[in-house]
Amino acid sequence: MYYIDPHIHMVSRTTDDYETLARMGCVALSEPAFWAGFDRGTADGFRDYFRQLTEVEPARAAQFGIRHFTWLCINAKEAENVELSREVIAMIPEFIDCPNVLGIGEIGLNKNTRNEATVFLDHLDLAARLEQLILIHTPHLEDKLQGTRMILDMLGDDSRLDPGRVLVDHVEEHTIGHVLDRGYWAGMTLYPVTKCTPARAADMIEIYGTERLCVNSAGDWGPSKPTAVPDFIIEMRRRGHDEATIRQVVLDNPLSFFGQSRNFDFQPPAIDSTLA
Amino acid sequence: MSPRNATEIVDREFLELRARLLELAASFDRIGRADHPGPDSRMRLVEIGLTILADDEPDKARRIQQLFSREYSPGWRGEFGME
Repeated sequence: MYYIDPHIHMVSRTTDDYETLARMGCVALSEPAFWAGFDRGTADGFRDYFRQLTEVEPARAAQFGIRHFTWLCINAKEAENVELSREVIAMIPEFIDCPNVLGIGEIGLNKNTRNEATVFLDHLDLAARLEQLILIHTPHLEDKLQGTRMILDMLGDDSRLDPGRVLVDHVEEHTIGHVLDRGYWAGMTLYPVTKCTPARAADMIEIYGTERLCVNSAGDWGPSKPTAVPDFIIEMRRRGHDEATIRQVVLDNPLSFFGQSRNFDFQPPAIDSTLA
Repeated sequence: MSPRNATEIVDREFLELRARLLELAASFDRIGRADHPGPDSRMRLVEIGLTILADDEPDKARRIQQLFSREYSPGWRGEFGME
């Protein structure tokens, strides 16, 4: 089955991983800007990173027939430095018209601090002014519920933002209802220890249905699995779900959400001949 | 939306459930054999979590998540001076 991974950090993965993804049926992916595992010291560090996301990774993905899309921001962890964050946010318009940029992301909260909230609001304002889609990171573990509720409060405060153009990622059992009830898209991230497993994601599909729900691997430099979306496909098949239901989650829904971006010109191959 | 009945699910997951219970039991044994410097609030949360697993109410995954979550305050903007 062809699929799209809507959230995967390919700068952290090897070229072999691109090949494996292609073999598993991945036809496109989107890579949000994120924390590199260390705090960058200057805005120029982010300029180089944005070039990697808009020039280098699309070329690397194309070697294996995968379309690469991306999102730009300064992530929540480095957003604790408000001065640096504002320098980076001021630089984003230089890159926003690059052909693979889908919007602003992954913005959000990490430890739910005042500085993080300030920078999150600055990002929302930028996205509203530039009429961009928004991809949101929600915190992990004990911070997730509180942070998700704060994020939803801030989104709701800005009447310029259409919930149908915002995807709130890393939802779990205690946050998914809050997100979907307010009309936002939701992403379930299949990731060891924090976030969600393929089985729990399938449970949430069975409880909430397939509308406005996506699954992703968030494959990055930590202990993660870039082929987690195919694991979800297999779990759904083992439970007896039909192919159309599975395809809606792993292909049709990302196409619908990303299709709202003026830069998303992608159509999957017409004939699905993969055996996976 | 689940296409299966409960027996089918237990058929598939029984050994996995048994293995997870054993992992929990072994963890408790390991902690029990160790020195105890004092009460640990995290283990109190684990004990409450076990009561959620054993009760007759549904929605166990969401309730376990909630148990391990920091509290949300609707007045957070005021606390941050961001109103």
